[in-house]
Amino acid sequence: MKIEKILLVGNPNVGKSAIFSRLTGAKVIISNYPGTTVEFTQGKMKFGEESAMIIDVPGTYTLEPTCKAEEVAVQMLKEGDLVINIVDATNLERNLYLTLQLLEKDKPVIVALNMWDDTKHRGIYIDVKKLEEHLGVPVVPTCGLTGEGIKELINRLPEAKALKTPLSSDSQRWEKIGKIVEGIQKLTHRHHTLLERLEDLSIKPLTGLPIALGIIYCTFWVIRFMGENLIGHIFEPLFEKLWLPLMMKLSAFLGERTFLHHILIGNLIDGKIDFGQSFGLLTTGLFVPIAMVLPYIFSFYLILGLLEDLGYLPRLAVLIDNFMHHLGLHGYAIIPFILGLGCKVPGALATRLLEEKREKFIAATLMAIGVPCMAQIAMIVGLVGQRGGKFVMIVFSTLFVLLIIKGLVLNRVLKGSSPEILVEIPPYRIPQVTAVVKKLWMRLSGFLKEALPFVLLGVLFVNILHTLKIIDFFAYIFTPVLTGLWGLPKEAISALIVGFLRKDVAVGMLGPLNLSTKQLVVGSTVLAVYFPCIATYIVLIRELGIRDTLKSTSIMIIVALAIGILLNLILV
Amino acid sequence: MTIDLTQMQPGESGLIIEIQGGHGLIGKIQSMGLRPGKKITKVSSHFWRGPQTVEIDNLQIAVGFGMARRILVEVQR
Repeated sequence: MKIEKILLVGNPNVGKSAIFSRLTGAKVIISNYPGTTVEFTQGKMKFGEESAMIIDVPGTYTLEPTCKAEEVAVQMLKEGDLVINIVDATNLERNLYLTLQLLEKDKPVIVALNMWDDTKHRGIYIDVKKLEEHLGVPVVPTCGLTGEGIKELINRLPEAKALKTPLSSDSQRWEKIGKIVEGIQKLTHRHHTLLERLEDLSIKPLTGLPIALGIIYCTFWVIRFMGENLIGHIFEPLFEKLWLPLMMKLSAFLGERTFLHHILIGNLIDGKIDFGQSFGLLTTGLFVPIAMVLPYIFSFYLILGLLEDLGYLPRLAVLIDNFMHHLGLHGYAIIPFILGLGCKVPGALATRLLEEKREKFIAATLMAIGVPCMAQIAMIVGLVGQRGGKFVMIVFSTLFVLLIIKGLVLNRVLKGSSPEILVEIPPYRIPQVTAVVKKLWMRLSGFLKEALPFVLLGVLFVNILHTLKIIDFFAYIFTPVLTGLWGLPKEAISALIVGFLRKDVAVGMLGPLNLSTKQLVVGSTVLAVYFPCIATYIVLIRELGIRDTLKSTSIMIIVALAIGILLNLILV
Repeated sequence: MTIDLTQMQPGESGLIIEIQGGHGLIGKIQSMGLRPGKKITKVSSHFWRGPQTVEIDNLQIAVGFGMARRILVEVQR
């Protein structure tokens, strides 16, 4: 039989993706967003003479799915020609449940006994030969992080067998697992390590809450420190010293009044290019994403990657669970929020971790309008920060308070109650430098590839609208809201329009308008709330469906109207 | 004596004897490794009816309060 599609299936957090990247090596194609297949990752692997498609399926405990991510896993199973079942060797008993379910299917299975290196220092001994006899399919010890056993796994792929064992009940499966594990696994006593003590401290409420506050505080501080310094010492000087002279020459060459000058360079401010205000493709269009946003994206994803690899996020989820129930969510909904702080697209996708429709709706709505993405945060810090840190605080605390109020209200209004958390808390692992750097690189190049074109498109779009005077038409229609209710000049309409495309450029467009501090605060807040960017919106439609997305959109519009009016009235 | 998971003290161990609930809930809880006959150790319990964290086979799991009340445990006291 020709093997075309190989699936990596296993419990969550057993190292599927590590094995995936080992198998596919440099040839890895990671389909991110957009597209319909974002929910899994695929790549190619050399397999003898031929190459096969390897698919990294979302983790699942059982083939009877309990949430969307698991549903995807079960759906995927139908398409594969061969299943590599990744099993966590340090947790054999629970992992074998899925293995037995897989063996009941009519698919060839091979088992990778992953995290093999961990068994030694955890005092676990497993008789691999015997396990293989019990299961009836090949079992290969592996270590995804070091690559140990991967060669053997590939060599033995042809031995994978479809057993199609008779369907059994839950209790029959557990009974069988009990017998298998009893015969092949020995646990010896071991001492607690320092990391394990830290695990305990960070999950017990009395010590865990202060630790969480400390980590969050440090995270913000480090991101800000790195972001500011990267901008101040590297990116701004680069643009000012190297790029500016080039652009001035180009400006002189094109001539100030020409159409091309308008598009590429933008407006000259006092006869000079101003990267923040000129708004040409090659000036502001490059400066905003690269010199203002990228440094913060870099800092954020570096820290996030470290926290993810350490295994901290599930602990935060448990600590915050109680509070999240007031918003109609359980603690694990913090994951989409945290990812949303980086970019709302992965944030919206992560709502798949949540079990129920109501919960997904609340999480997606709150995230879309309450959690500004890093690009937007960077711009608000950059722009509003010029008027004083106090005003940046006003914007972010307004967004935070709004998020809480919206959560409280939605939880009251929507029928049903929030489901309860049930989540595995992984052991702490020291983040590996190469893994962190690789992930950071993927996210940064993702940002440059996905965001940069949109930013440029946004700048181009608004320049064209300006040239064609279409902006004036919109400005005329929306003046009552903009000026009458929010106290903004009618020119702010272009920022609102571009905000549909990209939030960072939109905030940046408030720059050249000579706004008062109050107007700037109102404008940034409204821009954060009224609509997520188009990329996020597409994901929302796919994840929530049209009806719920429309519901969510109306909430956004109402909230944006209200908060704009309120801030306009309150602020002096 | 038999108590539910929320009534265990941090550090206390016991044997799970029953999980109460519908087929779906039981299946979900069991697939995480929490099932009758297993030794379970309570790690911590969060304030205001918050999640309960337990250790089972070297693995920590957080269980919501309501769910934890449906997990009955035999402890020595």
